[in-house]
Amino acid sequence: MSAVDAPMVAAGARPARRASTRFLRSELRLIFGRRRNQAGMLVLAAVPIIIAVAMKVSNPPAGQSGGPDFFSQITSNGLFVALAALTVELGLFLPLAVAAISGDTIAGEANLGTLRYLLAVPVNRTRMLAVKYAAVVIFAFAATAWVALVGVLIGAALFGLGPATLLSGTQIGLGAALVRLAAICAYLAVGLAALGAIGMFVSTLTEQPIGATIAIVIVNVASFILDSIPQLDWLHPYLLAHWWLVFGDLLRQPVALDGIRQGLLCAAAYVVIFWTAAWARFGNRDVTS
Amino acid sequence: MTASGSDHAVESSGLTKRFGRQVAVDAIDLAVPRGSVYGFLGPNGSGKTTTIRMLLGLIRPTAGRHQLLGSPMPGGAALVLPRVGALVEGPAFHPYLSGRDNLRRLDAVDRTANPATTDVRVAAALERVGLLAAAGKRYRAYSLGMRQRLALAAALLSPRELLVLDEPTNGLDPQGTREVRALITAVAAEGATVLLSTHLLSEVEQICSHVGVMHRGRLVAQKPLAQLRADAAPRVRVDTDRPTDAARVLRELGLAEVSVADRAAFGLLGPQAPEKVVAALVYDGVPVRGFGVVAPDLEELFVSLTGEGFDVSG
Repeated sequence: MSAVDAPMVAAGARPARRASTRFLRSELRLIFGRRRNQAGMLVLAAVPIIIAVAMKVSNPPAGQSGGPDFFSQITSNGLFVALAALTVELGLFLPLAVAAISGDTIAGEANLGTLRYLLAVPVNRTRMLAVKYAAVVIFAFAATAWVALVGVLIGAALFGLGPATLLSGTQIGLGAALVRLAAICAYLAVGLAALGAIGMFVSTLTEQPIGATIAIVIVNVASFILDSIPQLDWLHPYLLAHWWLVFGDLLRQPVALDGIRQGLLCAAAYVVIFWTAAWARFGNRDVTS
Repeated sequence: MTASGSDHAVESSGLTKRFGRQVAVDAIDLAVPRGSVYGFLGPNGSGKTTTIRMLLGLIRPTAGRHQLLGSPMPGGAALVLPRVGALVEGPAFHPYLSGRDNLRRLDAVDRTANPATTDVRVAAALERVGLLAAAGKRYRAYSLGMRQRLALAAALLSPRELLVLDEPTNGLDPQGTREVRALITAVAAEGATVLLSTHLLSEVEQICSHVGVMHRGRLVAQKPLAQLRADAAPRVRVDTDRPTDAARVLRELGLAEVSVADRAAFGLLGPQAPEKVVAALVYDGVPVRGFGVVAPDLEELFVSLTGEGFDVSG
């Protein structure tokens, strides 16, 4: 027939398997190429822009939100737009974004029916969970980095950048401040990735990705609510969200690592527990979607 | 054909699936010879799709074992499934990706696929199903027939030894149906085994060499199509205006199930040669206006196998 003709019938050779990042890259293309997710990234980017513009046109007294107060410093250093935006978005937007992506992992494929075709390729189920989760982790890092990047850029444009005054009162240079910001992004991404592990587990329970996303958001909001009830302080160390706002410790001199370390441990525990649960649930499940 | 030895591309013994108290598939022993086009025939709800899902390892059997291309499943999935192309319960793709990108994705997750040949193989598969012109369109814009074609292209994305096709002509117009049947025949001619699940008797009659009949979760018949036909008892039909006399002659010759209709008599031919029946009728003075040996068609065979019509199983 034509030049594109390839043999359609195998000769009986046993195919060799190769290690490759193609599956992961395909996942990332699906996540970042999807319009819905691109719109979500725009929403994430809108927050630092709104904060910066609002601070530029009016000069309000320092407000008080749950975490460290960065707003008062924004006008003197644009870098703090990024920190203020991260603090604000931790309340809903960043967890929501991770919930949408992680809730989609298995349930999304089941909902479309593509899950059965992936498994028939074949894709080993453990490998599928590993690759899907890797994509969620990358998304968590990308989302926090994206918010910080937009914050730094708009902050630089409207207020300029310069040496930063830390929460402990010390001044550090711009380069060191950017390193601290990167560390904060990484710390928050780890926490969000732990939320993503919960999300992937929920995603193995249902064929409705929206339902999974809502469930994860509810878990996250409940975690915030429980964290705000002082009578439940014994529970607080076990709550994922409890540790998120500890990121301010990275802005002290010297860095107070106790809280950060515990936050990372808590996130790791969540990842292990829910990854195992997802594996136990999905590994043997009948796929009838 | 291959080093794996078994001369069956698909083999199962006692394969059973229960959902709660309902038995969807009841201890079936499939034997699909290599190189055959095996028509897996049964009405909707008879357990065909559940069987296919078990064969591919999507759901676990409640009992029984099976193997594909000589490898036991599900343990051999990583080894054997790359050589199996499958279409299960209709097409399913990412709606916001193009047909081509959907195939690329399936190729990307296949660890045995060579990334250097992806584009060539994707183009070849799309051309083979007549979808190359629409390859860049988003899947959501595809008609049902185009979606079905894309699913077939996915099944042909890599060289396959076995194709498991569940209702591949669903949603196709008559022209598309002809093309898909020609495609299946062509792939089989290249040496692949095809397990074709269908509820269309005509499809089995046109392209299958073997047939397995499912009925309420059980495999009630499984043999080469030619043998199924041969085993089916042919009947004689005598057109005459003295049917009762004709019927008497047929009975005297030892034919069974003799019946009489208006101006005709019938009977099961049995071991008798048809020309002897005609001679006996003429010798006895029965005016024979017409005579025929009628092989039952597949639908009649199906009714005789299942004891009921070709309706949805409950």
